[in-house]
Amino acid sequence: MFRYIVRRLFQLLPVLIGVSILVFVGMHIVPGDVAVLLLGDKGTPEALDRLRHELGLDQPVYVQYFHFMADVLRGEFGISLRTRQPAWTEVWLALPMTVELSVSAMLFASLVGIPIGVLAATRQYSLFDSVSMIGVLISVSMPIFWTGLLLMMLFGGTLHWFPIGGILDEGISLPRITGIHLIDALWQGNYQAFWSAARHLAMPAVALGSVSMATLARMTRSAMLEVLHKDYVRTARAKGLTERVILTKHALRNALIPVITVGGLQLGILLSGAVLTETVFALPGVGRLAITSLLARDYAVVQAVVLIAAVFIVMINLLVDLLYAYLDPRIHYA
Amino acid sequence: MSNSLPNTTAQGAATSTSHTKTPIQRPSLGYRFLRSPSVLVGASIVIILILIAIFAPAISPYDPIKQNFKIQLQPPSADHLFGTDEFGRDILSRVFHGARWALFVGFLADSIALVFGVTLGLLAGYYGGWLDGVIRWLTDVMLAFPYLLLAMIVVAVLGPGITNAMIAVGVVYMPQYIRLVRGTVLSIREQEYIEAARCVGMSPTRIIFRHVLPNCIAPIIVMATLAIGWAIVETAGLSFLGLGAQPPMPEWGAMLASGRNYMLTAWWIATFPGLAILVVVIGFNILGDGLRDVLDPYLKR
Repeated sequence: MFRYIVRRLFQLLPVLIGVSILVFVGMHIVPGDVAVLLLGDKGTPEALDRLRHELGLDQPVYVQYFHFMADVLRGEFGISLRTRQPAWTEVWLALPMTVELSVSAMLFASLVGIPIGVLAATRQYSLFDSVSMIGVLISVSMPIFWTGLLLMMLFGGTLHWFPIGGILDEGISLPRITGIHLIDALWQGNYQAFWSAARHLAMPAVALGSVSMATLARMTRSAMLEVLHKDYVRTARAKGLTERVILTKHALRNALIPVITVGGLQLGILLSGAVLTETVFALPGVGRLAITSLLARDYAVVQAVVLIAAVFIVMINLLVDLLYAYLDPRIHYA
Repeated sequence: MSNSLPNTTAQGAATSTSHTKTPIQRPSLGYRFLRSPSVLVGASIVIILILIAIFAPAISPYDPIKQNFKIQLQPPSADHLFGTDEFGRDILSRVFHGARWALFVGFLADSIALVFGVTLGLLAGYYGGWLDGVIRWLTDVMLAFPYLLLAMIVVAVLGPGITNAMIAVGVVYMPQYIRLVRGTVLSIREQEYIEAARCVGMSPTRIIFRHVLPNCIAPIIVMATLAIGWAIVETAGLSFLGLGAQPPMPEWGAMLASGRNYMLTAWWIATFPGLAILVVVIGFNILGDGLRDVLDPYLKR
């Protein structure tokens, strides 16, 4: 197993190098001269040339790429044009919001999706099965930015159950420890802030998690159906075990293996959804940072977000593979 | 394809005695399509949408772009079934015209992904070796990005606009086709009929087009159908973020973006374009699932 992990980590190298080349090339051929963008209108031709030289923009492209890689490996992603802060700081400040949102969305997706799948499978062709599978089809097909808008209009605007956008109610202050509001609030024993943060997070998490919820429900249903027709389940029934024991101990445990894989891969997909969800609900996360930076031509920040996201996804995929091997003893990796 | 009536179980008893010599016939493909409720429902939705898109100028009650500030933000009524937006434009007309953009963009983005993805997948799967290595590396790299961020980079490079958003979405879906086709080709490359074709001296190009590609066509059709729906959502998403269609174009994603500003006072602006996207995507999803069941029973989930 250890050797497998090491080998897989080495196999990641070409992919990560490819990612860096793609980002570098993309940001290199993006229209707009960085020196002009940095100096604005005040730039005399001499000052521009000096800055280009300082930034290394007058060197050959491959030299620039190696400088870029050296900087990235040291954690230097350049300076944000908008805030004049290091791009890495910008991403670091926005990251907890996205983590909080994605994890909540994943929790919602699993806690709702998996039970729906199990119930639908045990009652195949029942009314519940049909209704929930139609619901799943609709959830999968809904664009999440529209789901977000609908939730806001219905539960925020009309019913006033949940606040529309933002993170905390006005007047509540929460000193930053981790940046993850729910954890910070609990840590400081500030239950009012916790409640406020949870209420603000509810709709974005449901909107972002809806597609994954539907995917997990579908996946769980088909995996359960397959397992329920296996011989060992029939044996368990013949032995006279109760239906509950058969479902939880024999069927669900085996059915969950592919579901966990799909769930892990969903985490990567959630990152894309986070860009849209954060835009809809005005949450200061990485996704919104990426889009505002892109629209403001603040490419250093875009580059940092994209690189970090890609590394994150590659790691998640590796973890999912390892988890799969760990959970399913039938799989052997040499 | 034969048009003869298939031996279904209903008539089986009567026909099997009279046709004892003929082998059991598989129902023809066309017949199986007609028997599948998913295909029928999905295809109906898609056909209705195509008709709306084609006849949008004829069936739209108003001009989708002309502004009329006397009738700003009117709720749905008999005059304006879906209401009017902040510029007094009729939303129903804009939704109808939006169908043109959605289908056009979805179809073209999907075609870009399909043409390049299938070609690269065929090459990688059939030739193997270093070519396969390079193409697989490219695929892995592209799949390492969250698809929306990848699309954002492409738009950043090309500049915002509906055409570039479409290209971006095409690029993002390309790896899916590469993987699908490469896997299918690998599974049929060593089959005896390919070997036979090689022995007869067929050129690789001819083998690919005559024997390999036709055997990959079923999963490609399924993928292409599902991907049109996804591509429409992604492009609308890019427009929603301000990277795709620009105002005053009647595009559903851009309409949702402007509806967001009037969410609390004029719910209809953001509701109907979203509903339109939902219907389109459901249509393509149902059709794709149905096609999968009909074309390839082994692919059934």
